[in-house]
Amino acid sequence: MKYTIAALVENKPGVLARISGLFSARGFNISSLAVGETEVSDISRMTIVGIGDEKTLEQVVKQLNKLPDVIKVIDFKNEEYIERDLVLIKVQADKKTRGDIIEIASIFRANIVDVGSQSCILELTGNEYKISAFTKLLSQYGVKEMVRTGIIAMARGKKTTK
Amino acid sequence: MKLKGSEIIIKCLEREGVDTIFGIPGGSVIPLFDKLYSSKIKIVLTRHEQGAAHMADGYARASGKTGVCVATSGPGATNLTTGIATAHMDSVPVVAITGQVGRHLVGNDAFQEADTTGISRPITKQNYLVTSAKDLPKIFAEAFYLAKSGRPGPVLIDIPVDVQNETAEVSFPKPEIRGYKPKTEGHPKQIKAAIEELKKAQRPLIYAGGGIILSGASRELTAFARKFKIPVTLTLMGIGGFPGSDKLFIGMPGMHGSLTANRAMQNCDLMIAIGSRFDDRVTGRVDAFAPKAKIVHIDIDPTSISKNVAADIPIVGDCKVVLRQILDYASKKNLKLNFSRWADDLKKFERQKPLKYKKDSVLRPQYVVERIYELTKGRAIIATEVGQNQMWAQQFYKYDSPRKFLSSGGLGTMGYGFPAAIGAKVACPKEIVIDIAGDGSIQMNIQELATAKVYGIKVIIAILNNRYLGMVRQWQELFYDRRYSAVYLGDRQSKNYWPDFKKLAEAYGLKGIAVSKKKDVDAAISEALNCRETCVIDFRVSEEENVSPMVPGGATLDHILELA
Repeated sequence: MKYTIAALVENKPGVLARISGLFSARGFNISSLAVGETEVSDISRMTIVGIGDEKTLEQVVKQLNKLPDVIKVIDFKNEEYIERDLVLIKVQADKKTRGDIIEIASIFRANIVDVGSQSCILELTGNEYKISAFTKLLSQYGVKEMVRTGIIAMARGKKTTK
Repeated sequence: MKLKGSEIIIKCLEREGVDTIFGIPGGSVIPLFDKLYSSKIKIVLTRHEQGAAHMADGYARASGKTGVCVATSGPGATNLTTGIATAHMDSVPVVAITGQVGRHLVGNDAFQEADTTGISRPITKQNYLVTSAKDLPKIFAEAFYLAKSGRPGPVLIDIPVDVQNETAEVSFPKPEIRGYKPKTEGHPKQIKAAIEELKKAQRPLIYAGGGIILSGASRELTAFARKFKIPVTLTLMGIGGFPGSDKLFIGMPGMHGSLTANRAMQNCDLMIAIGSRFDDRVTGRVDAFAPKAKIVHIDIDPTSISKNVAADIPIVGDCKVVLRQILDYASKKNLKLNFSRWADDLKKFERQKPLKYKKDSVLRPQYVVERIYELTKGRAIIATEVGQNQMWAQQFYKYDSPRKFLSSGGLGTMGYGFPAAIGAKVACPKEIVIDIAGDGSIQMNIQELATAKVYGIKVIIAILNNRYLGMVRQWQELFYDRRYSAVYLGDRQSKNYWPDFKKLAEAYGLKGIAVSKKKDVDAAISEALNCRETCVIDFRVSEEENVSPMVPGGATLDHILELA
C-alpha cells in the first residue's frame, strides 16, 4: 500500500536527519520525500510517500509524532487531497522528432523550458499518474536525464494542517 | 545577566538541582571543568567515559532524579555512547554533556572531532549542537524537561569549546516545546472499556513493566491487584514495581521467566499490560502469544501500543495516573470482583513447579544469590551485569520495592552493573548496594575500582565466577551441540583463574575475598557487608550451571525447557 503523509517540523539543523534516520532504523520504506518552508518561517513541511501496510503506517505516524521536533503529522489516507510532483525531462529531440514532442507537451500542458539542437527540456507538474503517462510517452524519443521534486500534498477545502 | 558559556552551564545545572556529575575532562571541556572546580556540584572522575554514562544511569534509576555525565569531544563522546544507548533502551533520564571542537573547526576533521550529534541521534530522545552561548539556557531547560517527562530517556548536549568561552546576555526561560506534549491522563471511555473487560474476565493477569517504576506507580499497582486479587507478573524492568514476596506475584514472564508466569500469560483471558512493551524476550513467538487473551495496554508512549502485539483496548497515559483513574472509577461504581480462585490455582502450580537448582555440596551461583538475599534481608539495591548472573539475580532475590533492581534490560550491556552500582550508591549513600556480576562482564568496566576507592564509594561486587561467558555457553550447550566456541575465560593449561580477582581488588587498595566452598559463602558476604570500602567477592562457582527454565529463542511460551 502506498501512503502519503505530511509532517510539520521545526525548521532547524538535524531534523531531516532525525526523520530519515527514523525511517532507515525502523525499516520503513520511503519512495519520496519533499521538504520546504511553510508560511511560518521557522516551520518546514515534509511530504513523505512510503510503502507499507496499515500497521506500518500507524507506526510511522506514531513514531513521527513522538519526535519533539515534529509539530504535527497528517495522514492523507481518509482525506480528499491534492498531490503534485514536478518533473524536468531532457529528451532527445532533433528536427524530425521535435514537432511530435512539442505536440505531446501541449496535450499534457507541459512547458518547454529549454531547446537545443539535439535535445529539449520539458517541465511538467501533476500527480503521479499524469507524470508517469507523460514520461512513458516520451521514452520512445530517448530520455537523457530526468529529475523529480517528489510529491507534495495538501488537503482540499477549508481544512488546514495547523 | 551577562555570563560566560561555561558559567551559564553551571547555572543551568544548579537550576535543575544537579548535585553530582560523572565524567572525564579533555581538551574540549576544560572551560566547563574550570567552572565546575569552583561550583558546589560534585564531580566524580571516572576511569572511562562508559563508566561515567552508566554511573549517571545508575544514579537516575536508584533515585528517580536525572543523572548527568560529561565527556570531551571525539573519543570521550564515542565512549559514552554504549551508556547512552543503554539508558535509551530502558528509558532512563540522563543528560549527557559533551565538548565539541571550536565552531570554526566543526566539519573540518579537526583533532578529536567526531560528529557527536550524528552518532548519538538514534540513541537519544533528543540532542543538540549548541551554536551560540545565548541558546544554552533554553537548550538545558528543554533537555532536562525532555529527559524526565513523558517516556523518559537520554538527551545529549554537544557544546563547542569556544561556545563555553563565549560571553552572552541571558535569561532563564521555562521549557516550551510545541511538538512535545505527553499525554498523562487516560481517555475516560477507554478506562470504562477496560473495566468492562475486567468484569467479563475469568482469568485476568497484570503484566507490568518498567513504566511502573518510571511513573512511581507501585502503590497504585499494588492497590489495584490486591483489590481484585489479580495475579501479577513483572518484566525484568518492572521488578520491584510490585512486592516480590506478595502472594499475587508469580515471577517474571518470558525466556527465563517462571513456569507459572508463562502459564498465566498463555492461559489468561484478559491481559492488562501496564508500562510494558511486549518485548521479544517476553512474548516468545509472537503469533502464538497469549492466544486466549483480550489485551488492555496502558503506556505513555503511543508507539509501544500495538507495535508488537495488537491491543484491544489501548490506553495512552501515565501508568500512575491511569491506575488512579481505574481505581477511582472502580470505587465510584462500587465494583466488587474477586479473582482469587485463579490466583490460587497459579500459586498451587507454582508450589509444584518452583524455580529450583540442585541443592548439594557444590557451590552454585543460585545459592550465592539466595544467601545475599537472606543476609541483606532483601533490602539491598542490586545492580547486575548481563547474562546468567542477571537472570539468577532476578530469580533468587525478591524485590519488595521499586528502584532496588538495576539492570540493563533492553540493550543488555555487559559492564553495566558495577558503574551503575557506584552511581546508585552516590544517589543513595545509606543503602547497601551490590553488583551481582559475572566474571566476563565485570571485566568490561573493572577500571572503576579506582573510582570507588578514591571517592570512598562502598559497593559490593559479588562475582559469580564460572570462567565462562556463561549465557552464550548455555546456548552452545543446548543448541550448538556443546561446541564451546570462544566462551572459556579460564586457562586450560594451568587451571588458574585469570585474573585473580582478590589480588586485583588488593591492587586497588580494596578488600578481595575468594570463595570456593559453599560453607564459606555467608562469612564472605558478612565480611563484605561490614567492610568500609568497596569489596570484591570472587565466588568460584560450578562452571556449567544453566539458567532454568528457558524458552528457546523463537519458540512459544508453551515450549519450556526445564534445565534444573
